[in-house]
Amino acid sequence: MVEAVLQSNPEYQKALADQEIEARAQRAIRKRRLAVRGWQIGIFVAIFGLWELGADTGWIDPFFYASPSAVIERLVDWAQNGTTEGSLWFNLWVTMEEALIGFVIGSITGVIVGIALGRNPMLSDILSVYIKAFNSIPRVVLAPIFIMILGLGLASKVALAFIMVFFVVFANAFQGVREADRDLIANAKILGASDWQVTRSVIVPSAMSWIFASLHISFGFAIIGAIVGEFVGARFGIGQLISIAKGTFDSAGMFAAIILVMVITLFAEWIMTLIENRLAKWRPQQSIDVQ
Amino acid sequence: MQADKGGVPAIELVDVTRRFVSPTGKNLTALRDFDMSVAQGEFAAVVGPTGCGKSTTLNLVTGLARPTSGEVRLMGAPVSGIDPRVGFVFQKDALFPWKNVIDNVMAGPLFRGKSTAEAERLAKDWLTRVGLSKFLHHYPHQLSGGMRKRVSLAQTFVNEPEILLMDEPFSALDVQTRTVMHEELLNLWSERQASVVFVTHDLEEAVALADKVYVLTAGPATVKSVYKIDLPRPRVVSEIRYDPAFVKYCRTIWDDLREEVETSYRRANEAA
Repeated sequence: MVEAVLQSNPEYQKALADQEIEARAQRAIRKRRLAVRGWQIGIFVAIFGLWELGADTGWIDPFFYASPSAVIERLVDWAQNGTTEGSLWFNLWVTMEEALIGFVIGSITGVIVGIALGRNPMLSDILSVYIKAFNSIPRVVLAPIFIMILGLGLASKVALAFIMVFFVVFANAFQGVREADRDLIANAKILGASDWQVTRSVIVPSAMSWIFASLHISFGFAIIGAIVGEFVGARFGIGQLISIAKGTFDSAGMFAAIILVMVITLFAEWIMTLIENRLAKWRPQQSIDVQ
Repeated sequence: MQADKGGVPAIELVDVTRRFVSPTGKNLTALRDFDMSVAQGEFAAVVGPTGCGKSTTLNLVTGLARPTSGEVRLMGAPVSGIDPRVGFVFQKDALFPWKNVIDNVMAGPLFRGKSTAEAERLAKDWLTRVGLSKFLHHYPHQLSGGMRKRVSLAQTFVNEPEILLMDEPFSALDVQTRTVMHEELLNLWSERQASVVFVTHDLEEAVALADKVYVLTAGPATVKSVYKIDLPRPRVVSEIRYDPAFVKYCRTIWDDLREEVETSYRRANEAA
């Protein structure tokens, strides 16, 4: 019976050399990777092809939905001739500057305050009610206030980006501190660590994966903060471009701006992942199960 | 064999009671009227039913927990805070996962203000002694359970503790690895002659390693009886289990311990 199965299945061989097994595994990995990539490209082509086709044949109204070719045309036009508000690169830089400054200050203070409160239960008990209350305010409603107080320039957008980033990073850093392994803390203490050494060598590293998870999403939040700030009132920036495009019913312009923001955020995400992988080299790598 | 050097016991728990108050205000007694005395250079093992409060005794000696009443003394002086002479080996290995092997072992000396060069020298020395000199730059997750335990031992021993506390340190290891670790522990200990309190639920482990075995009652724990183990040293743990004297010790102590285990088991069932 077993013999029969063995013979009828030519794939099955009793003893394969290590090299052969490895070569097969490599091939399987490559095949899978190709399949994934193929589907990804296929879906991309399908969506944009349908969009273009729909716009060309009039199934969807190009006035509202634009079309991929119109969007690309607009991007090229902006890049070559500048926008109504000056050079595209300048506008892009304005938004990036606001988001980056807000992101950096927001995440640094978020981490510091999160760790400080996480290490100090009394203080965190006292302040928790205020943090909860403040956290329940949808951040974007603060935009008009910031613009009123800080003006149309950089400061109001940075403030909004900051507040969006701060709470996310703070909450994660705080949780990360709380989740730090009690045995590790006890071990460090018995090995002779002072409170500060415990914080530096146990608390911060163990909160790091929480903090990084929050940094990934919070860069997106910083961009939201900058753009919403620009919607409400600004002279330059991608948000301002979208706002103007809306005013002139320029759907291609809106989509073009959205795509720009998307590309930038993806790029930032990629850089963040690089940094994270570098810092987290101690984490176990999963071995791949190849069929 | 273990000479009582200064006459002062290394570790002393005198009439110690330790209560916990749960967040809802319920009172739980972990230890009651607990007396224990470990001479300098002596190896004491503590056995008792699960959850009876064995680990609590160790926490009291480290200074991480305070007795509700009674006194804990190290070398004759009452414990106040974490004592630098104490080393602790945890049940699950408490290595820092983000540090590699050598950095883990260097942590103790660095915390205690030694220079990096000095810490590195000590760490390398201890890692060689536990047979891991080829794994200095591996991370804990890349090592087997037995290797991680060796790193833990090096991490603790590098501080040269006079008092060594071990909380079921080998319970997560497989039987063969555990026997190897027993031998290694006894070798390290015979070089250093630290005073050891070794908590375990494994009676054979206790008899094989210790000079003295404390049997605790089902919680709240108090000392039920103390047995002196007069087996010659150096002991070969892998062979000692066939020694008739060893078997006799195990049987006698087990008869004593069984009642407590049964009580504890019955209570757990009633609670469930």
